[in-house]
Amino acid sequence: MKESVESLRETDAIAVERVLAGDRDAYRTLVDRHSRNVHRLAYRLTGNAHDTEDVVQEAFLRAYQKLGQFEARSNFGTWVYRIAANYAIDRMRQRHKEDARREFRETPGPDGAERNPVALVRDESPSPERLMQSTQLRREMERALNALSYAERTAFVMRHWEGCGIEEIAGVLKSNTSAAKNTVFRAVQKLRRALEPFLDARTPAKAMGTEG
Amino acid sequence: MTHPTEEQLIAYRDGENARREEIAAHLRECGPCRNQLERIEAVLQALGEFPAPDPGEDYEQRVWQRLARKLPEKQTRWWQMWLEPRRLATAGAVLALVVAAFVMGRITKQVRPDTTAAATEEQVRERILVVAVGEHLGKSEMVLVELANALPRDANQKRVNISAEQHRAGDLLEENRLYRQTALQQGDTGLASVLDELERVLVDVAHSPDEVTPAQLESIQKRIAAHGILFKVRVVGKDLQQRQDDMKTAPAQSREQARERNKT
Repeated sequence: MKESVESLRETDAIAVERVLAGDRDAYRTLVDRHSRNVHRLAYRLTGNAHDTEDVVQEAFLRAYQKLGQFEARSNFGTWVYRIAANYAIDRMRQRHKEDARREFRETPGPDGAERNPVALVRDESPSPERLMQSTQLRREMERALNALSYAERTAFVMRHWEGCGIEEIAGVLKSNTSAAKNTVFRAVQKLRRALEPFLDARTPAKAMGTEG
Repeated sequence: MTHPTEEQLIAYRDGENARREEIAAHLRECGPCRNQLERIEAVLQALGEFPAPDPGEDYEQRVWQRLARKLPEKQTRWWQMWLEPRRLATAGAVLALVVAAFVMGRITKQVRPDTTAAATEEQVRERILVVAVGEHLGKSEMVLVELANALPRDANQKRVNISAEQHRAGDLLEENRLYRQTALQQGDTGLASVLDELERVLVDVAHSPDEVTPAQLESIQKRIAAHGILFKVRVVGKDLQQRQDDMKTAPAQSREQARERNKT
């Protein structure tokens, strides 16, 4: 397994060399190999198909433009992944500002509590039948994820879905490791508050480290 | 110990080592804390099943089609390529050749006062290329010959160390790119084409692991053989030697000869 990962990196490095030597079509090898992973990350970070496609395109375009700065011995997959995460954060930050402006214009609530998706999740109290439906649970998850700040969402997605290390997350968030760790914690805490009421408390999951 | 905080439980679930033993011992004794950890786990497990939509079978192709339109050709001007920091060493070596060629040109000019300034300039450029590339091809040939003849010491040897050849190929790769660009600028398409093929082989070798299995070594040797690159490098090397000799006797004819070679 390790050998196949190593050989993948080697062939990535060869493709990078060819692009740098002027062979533009060699970049397709890198797109073929990594676009699916970047798509998954982008979707989890942005939560919608339109932004996802934009992030994928922009990540590969920026990686191509900066290919001369890429260290040949590092991993292209991790590099383009990081570019995608950075761009997704910028895009979500921009969208967040736009949405906030639009919401304020359209629904100027007295204290803003109605606009908080977490509060909406809690207030809705759906029936048990609906809760059993995975589509409903998925919707609740989307709401809970959308209620996170962009940094919290990025930290959570990278840590718990993509298995990234804290140092890597800190790099993307442009913070130190202890701040990144704290952001991951805040994200899990908020998700827990938002989703716990919708999970069946009668069949708790077997938690790691409680086996014996 | 006192009950761990929610943050400590989440960090514990995340595999963090701080106070791990202490928290594990506490969890064995404390039902409410165990229950809290199980609820955290349930939320994370449910989120773990949150699907990312499948983008479809031809996704990679669609991404490429949209992207390819936006990608500029990476055609750097030849003089900009020489000024990149990592290529300055090679540029320095070639500059030394320029000076040497200039001196040679001065001497030649004294011997043949009828040679025009323009013709001399052209010849100087060509001489640089011929001398430098001839040397480069000689070094490349040595690396390829060593690799083509490398064998495991005995049948039981599991790894063959090719790190020396690999590093030399890496160094030659940088030079090779510059010579190929320069050959193209000079309109010497025949030479540029062989250098292009050589570049692909050098890239393969430079990015091989330091130590390869006998099977991997055989695969590298097959790739070298399949390109017929060693043969081409020898032919072009001899050709350049001939051009160098020709220039000493009849500089004006050499460009005509290069044109003839490109045609063939």
